[in-house]
Amino acid sequence: MMTGTPAHAVQSQPPGEEETWELRLYVAGQTPKSITAFQNLKKICEEHLAGRYRIEVIDLMEHPQLAAGDQIIAIPTLVRKLPSPLRKIVGDLRNTERALVGLNLRPTEPSQ
Amino acid sequence: MPKTVNGKNGRSLPKAPTGIQGLDEITGGGLPRGRASLFCGSAGCGKTLFSMEFLVRGAMQYDEPGLFVAFEETPEELTQNVRSLGFDLNRLVAEKKLLVDFVRVERSEIEETGDYDLEGLFIRLGHAIDSIGAKRVVLDTIETLFSGLSNLAILRAELRRLFRWLKDKGVTAIITAERGDGTLTRHGLEEYVSDCVILLDHRVIDEVSTRRLRVVKYRGSTHGTNEYPFLIDGDGISVLPITSVGLQHVASNERIPSGIPRLDAMLGNEGYYRGSTALVSGTAGSGKSSIAAHFAHASCQRGERCLYLAFEESPSQIVRNMRSIGVDLEPWVRKGLLRFHATRASMYGLEMHLATFHKLVQEFQPRVFIIDPINNLAFASNRKDTSAMLTRLIDFLKMQGITALMTSMTSPESQETSDADISSLVDTWLLLRDIELSGERNRAMYVLKSRGMAHSNQIREFLLTDRGIDLTDVYLGAEGVLTGSARLSQEAREREEDLRRQQLLDGKQRELARKTEALEARITALRKEFEAEAEEARRVIGEEKAREEITRRNRERMGASRRADAGIDAGERPARPRTVQEGRR
Repeated sequence: MMTGTPAHAVQSQPPGEEETWELRLYVAGQTPKSITAFQNLKKICEEHLAGRYRIEVIDLMEHPQLAAGDQIIAIPTLVRKLPSPLRKIVGDLRNTERALVGLNLRPTEPSQ
Repeated sequence: MPKTVNGKNGRSLPKAPTGIQGLDEITGGGLPRGRASLFCGSAGCGKTLFSMEFLVRGAMQYDEPGLFVAFEETPEELTQNVRSLGFDLNRLVAEKKLLVDFVRVERSEIEETGDYDLEGLFIRLGHAIDSIGAKRVVLDTIETLFSGLSNLAILRAELRRLFRWLKDKGVTAIITAERGDGTLTRHGLEEYVSDCVILLDHRVIDEVSTRRLRVVKYRGSTHGTNEYPFLIDGDGISVLPITSVGLQHVASNERIPSGIPRLDAMLGNEGYYRGSTALVSGTAGSGKSSIAAHFAHASCQRGERCLYLAFEESPSQIVRNMRSIGVDLEPWVRKGLLRFHATRASMYGLEMHLATFHKLVQEFQPRVFIIDPINNLAFASNRKDTSAMLTRLIDFLKMQGITALMTSMTSPESQETSDADISSLVDTWLLLRDIELSGERNRAMYVLKSRGMAHSNQIREFLLTDRGIDLTDVYLGAEGVLTGSARLSQEAREREEDLRRQQLLDGKQRELARKTEALEARITALRKEFEAEAEEARRVIGEEKAREEITRRNRERMGASRRADAGIDAGERPARPRTVQEGRR
């Protein structure tokens, strides 16, 4: 983790150029929470990962069998598939600061 | 706690039988159908196994597919863990009768931001339930969510919704939860799941572990309220609800011999009642096992199966020892009429023993049940527990109409008191005593009590001979009860005394006879003498009479001659004085 892996590189220099972020947003139907979450996610990605991200929205109402794969319990859940390690952010991403920390788009410690 | 008594007309709360031995009896038919039940307890108390058995039995016996949602163990781990109970999860999964869904909640991976709900879990559950048509659901342990998610307000609201949703789904559910400090569950789940709450407990007392179960609450149904021991073994879980049996057993009037004729005589001439419980207590080496062996022998002779639980000796040792007193048990073992079950009492806790007894009885169907001795069971736990366990055991045996004989070793100081706890449970109590007298120790036996029969109040000396047990009368004399050689010597003394008296009597009789004889002899002699004298007297009298006659005749002749011849008469007169003179000379 502490070696120069791509993930680490992203962590140290926020708007990195190395790879495409693969994000998966799990929702259950077009609920207000799902819509809010998608909108918030879109905004964060545009601001921090412009052109380097791909969002896949999975509606569990339609594909309930997919819930098990990523161990989805809460809705909405954002899963960062890439870069690894896998991260999960639960909620409608209303709190952007926390979302950024969760996505490792903002260093948690100032020293880094 | 509502305890509505349901009518017997089928309108009572519908229940889903668990298939777990004993649990259905306690809960009056199983868990509330279509509702959620809470199983709570500390770590390692058997929550997971209980709920898994509920599903497995449901799938196998009641054709109700089950879903196991594991929050803590992976399906592989679970499959492995329950294999020891004889459950083959893989087969059930392949037959689509069981589904194990592993829900992993990893706090370190999860960041929370903003509003959310647990719809994902609902969808997963719904999908899993629908995929196999599950009628039973287990959530083990849903509390894991509390460690994975931090928003308690959302979590609680969602859990409440979840349990309602499960109810709407119509599935019978078990929710497991860890026991909290002073509360039933750590996170107060009992607030949400309140139709049926079952508390599991795993206590270690005196290094022996005991598992117990208690139905804390069962809305809309009566239930047993006690703590019931349960055990987990190769056949799954068995709960022992025997205390709920009560005293409803039918008493038999049939009598069965004890195997010792003289003992039968003491017990109203017929022996024990069938289905009764006899206790033989006594100090070490007083012959308890021998009485038990006779009873076993007698029951096998009648062709009745006998289960002999030995806690002190191995079966072969018992067979050998009993052969020495003329009781050969080996043929019965070979014929399958007699089964020994020998274990060290300290091997398991009381509950395990009780469960083993149950299992053996159900398997072997004996008519006679022997425990030799019960004390060792007492060592396995404290006295209160033993007494409770024996109560349950005796009730159980009585229900089955099995005649039981238990031996109990007492200490010499407290021959009657030490068994007081169980004495009220037994119907017949035989007490074996050691009588120490003049440098030896002998056995004596008496019937302390025997319900429902006119039993003897006599103390009998108890002899172990090579032809079995022999009961003889004891010597009761001025010196008290005498047994053994004291009795023998006393008897010898008495015999001697008798002999002496007899001899004396004989002597007297002989003397009398002799005296009689002597008397007779004397009488005879006297009579002879008398006869001789009488004869003499008669002879003398005869002679006198003859002489007188002659004299009279002479005088007549003289007189006649004087009258007829006066001359002669005058001349003759001087002749007479001459005669007188001659007599004087």
